[in-house]
Amino acid sequence: MYRRREEYNEVIIPYQGEGSTVRPQELAGMSGNEAVAYATKQANVDVVAAYPITPQTIMVERFSEYVANGEVDAEFVCVESEHSAMSASVGASLTGARVMTSTASQGLALMHEVMYLASGLRCPIVMMVANRALSAPINIHGDHSDMMGSRDCGWIQIYVENPQEAYDWTLQALKIAEDPEVSLPATVNIDGFTVSHAMEDLNLLSDDQVSGFLPRRKPVYKVEPEKPLTVGALAMPDYYYEVKRQQEEAMRQVPHVLNKVTKEYETVSHRKYGMIETFEMDDAEIAILCLGSTAGTARTVARQLREKGRKVGVVKLWLYRPFPQEELISVICNLKALAVVERAISFGAPYGALCSDVASILQDCEGRPKIFDVVCGLGGRDISPEDIRRVFDEADQVAKTGIVRDRLKFIGVRE
Amino acid sequence: MVALKDLKMEELYAPGHRLCAGCGPSISMRMMMKAFRGPTVVTNATGCVEVSTTIYPYTAWRVPWVHTLFENAAATASGLEAAYKVLLRKGVRNTKVDVIAVGGDGGTFDIGLQALSGALERGHDFVYVCYDNEAYMNTGIQRSSATPRGAATTTSPAGSVIPGKRGRKKNLTAICAAHDIEYVATASIGFPGDYIDKVRKAIEVEGAAVVHVFAPCPLGWRSNPADSIKLAKLAVQTGVFPLYEIIKGKYKLNIKVGKCIPVSEYLKLQGRFRHLFKPELKSELDAIQEQVTEDWNRTLDLCGEKPKVTG
Amino acid sequence: MTEKKIPLSEKMKLAWKETPIAGVIFEPGSSVEYRTGDWRVAKKPVIDQKKCIKCFICWIFCPDVAIVRTEKGVSEDYDHCKGCAICAEECPVDAITMVNE
Repeated sequence: MYRRREEYNEVIIPYQGEGSTVRPQELAGMSGNEAVAYATKQANVDVVAAYPITPQTIMVERFSEYVANGEVDAEFVCVESEHSAMSASVGASLTGARVMTSTASQGLALMHEVMYLASGLRCPIVMMVANRALSAPINIHGDHSDMMGSRDCGWIQIYVENPQEAYDWTLQALKIAEDPEVSLPATVNIDGFTVSHAMEDLNLLSDDQVSGFLPRRKPVYKVEPEKPLTVGALAMPDYYYEVKRQQEEAMRQVPHVLNKVTKEYETVSHRKYGMIETFEMDDAEIAILCLGSTAGTARTVARQLREKGRKVGVVKLWLYRPFPQEELISVICNLKALAVVERAISFGAPYGALCSDVASILQDCEGRPKIFDVVCGLGGRDISPEDIRRVFDEADQVAKTGIVRDRLKFIGVRE
Repeated sequence: MVALKDLKMEELYAPGHRLCAGCGPSISMRMMMKAFRGPTVVTNATGCVEVSTTIYPYTAWRVPWVHTLFENAAATASGLEAAYKVLLRKGVRNTKVDVIAVGGDGGTFDIGLQALSGALERGHDFVYVCYDNEAYMNTGIQRSSATPRGAATTTSPAGSVIPGKRGRKKNLTAICAAHDIEYVATASIGFPGDYIDKVRKAIEVEGAAVVHVFAPCPLGWRSNPADSIKLAKLAVQTGVFPLYEIIKGKYKLNIKVGKCIPVSEYLKLQGRFRHLFKPELKSELDAIQEQVTEDWNRTLDLCGEKPKVTG
Repeated sequence: MTEKKIPLSEKMKLAWKETPIAGVIFEPGSSVEYRTGDWRVAKKPVIDQKKCIKCFICWIFCPDVAIVRTEKGVSEDYDHCKGCAICAEECPVDAITMVNE
């Protein structure tokens, strides 16, 4: 299937299926999982150690096909659990190899302690997380509670809206993570089923373009017999703190490295990325802030409301950790009301994770918008255009009255 | 069997580490490194050896050494091995690297068993050396599944109702052999030539290999530090810890003990078994001797040797 | 005037910008600087070089690499010996005795 893409003004050649030599901007129909698997292949990864879990399974399956057919020269280690997946990834990354992996939900929770190892030892592993709800009850569908449970582990965290972004961000995340100023691991979060499984069209880069963009990794340090070193020593109270401070400093280099990388990627792909994506925010009075595929629904509704003359906007965060403070402040401070829509819940907390972060940076705003938190879409419950309309209406109310009735609203639950 | 004078003089293990005086695991690490043949990387699970040999900024290791977590020595080793293999294949490296995973009985028998099983099943080319001091020593002498019957530990104390650890020692070598790997061996620091040979054999095997080495802990066993080697020898000579290899599934006895010394000769040197010598616990002591005899005869049988009567 | 050597543990208390990345120890065998010989309380091993048959049993059994082996034979490293007495116990010709410090 093919169609003409006006914005690129090119004639698109139909995708010829697996194994074909992809020409620049070749159009393909892929799900998020497949797009990430393809990017992993093109990135000439060295080691992938992964364990299958719904809804990530397609990514590892596709990738193992590429390995089995010799389309990529990599070691695919079928580990026996996610804890071992991340452990093996850390071991591999320490040798200076390029390492990628993926997981979801329970798997992410199981590898939680190893996540801190990866960031503490500064291993630039890139991991796709097909965001899925955490048990109990067991639920295999999309929400962000898995990644939110691990948000403090020191990993760079990126959220994507569709397979195109999943593909593009996998490549960019690798370059940002492996930058010697950063040298931190990164997750690329794709909504479970909504992005991981639904097929959409996307433009791929050619193998040459990717290998030009992602040359062989140059590690900051590596474990090799030629230079014996000791990694993972016991750091008593006299030494631990400095290492952590250093780690935070590395996180703070991410914004400027990201800007450098996305600029370079734009010259290769003609697609422009950054830390946040805004829609009609210049003169917006109320807005929705969200992560991932919800932004697509929000934009559709926002467009409809704009046609009716309402001054609405949408802010989508690509980068969640480190939190894009400066970029957001410049965009939200002049709003009258802001609704933070999240697909996760932080039990007992005044706001959910995302809204907490937004509320914190509002301390630095001169004119502060009124904000409120909206929890919806838990356990894969669909976030419909109706739900978004209700949120915009509530934001309108808040903007008019200046009063936040519910600081945390639950939308979509049967009451 | 390699003679001591032929062992390489180079010390890949430095003094100045903080392991106890007379530490069996320390001796096991030193001896293990005498068997290294070329570029080698060691990954170590959390435990006595790991903590005491690498207190920042001091390290006793003169080879590249990685510590990640407690239960994943085998998984980390899998990642290292896979990466070195790929880097060699892609021409980024030009020499092969031997990967050695080290774990105590705690990080191997219990919390680390899953990772070990996975690594063995996948057949990574690495060696797993388990130093066995029969309890979670680093965290304060708590019992592990490698603690023998009757031993007093802080979580299986010798009380008036329950006299020490119940149940047998888990059979690690049988578990490893069940994965159909080419080489599994038991060793003891009391028999250095045998142990070092076995580590070398394990390294030379293409694929996974496991060496389970008996390493007394004077602090945890409440024994005299000077007795660590003596105990390591007695354990073999009483039949408590037989030394054998399982090569491609076939058992082979290495140290043939003519007539096993009574177990009590071995137990009486250790404070952790002191309660067993009380008159009211004689039946427990006898039961332990019986079990040792039975297990020894079973090992002999597996090795194709004739069972002997023991004292 | 003898200069007091600054221990490695003090030298490595660096500012966070200078601290080696990820707490990695780049110098192999740096524990040599740490004098575990100070742990000894009562006795130290003394090798009677005349009795010594250079079997190297004491050398291989020492947990602390405190019996140093050279082409000539073996000698004691009192900077690191913890006094466990395994060498004295295992010497087949009783060439090592534990003497009071």
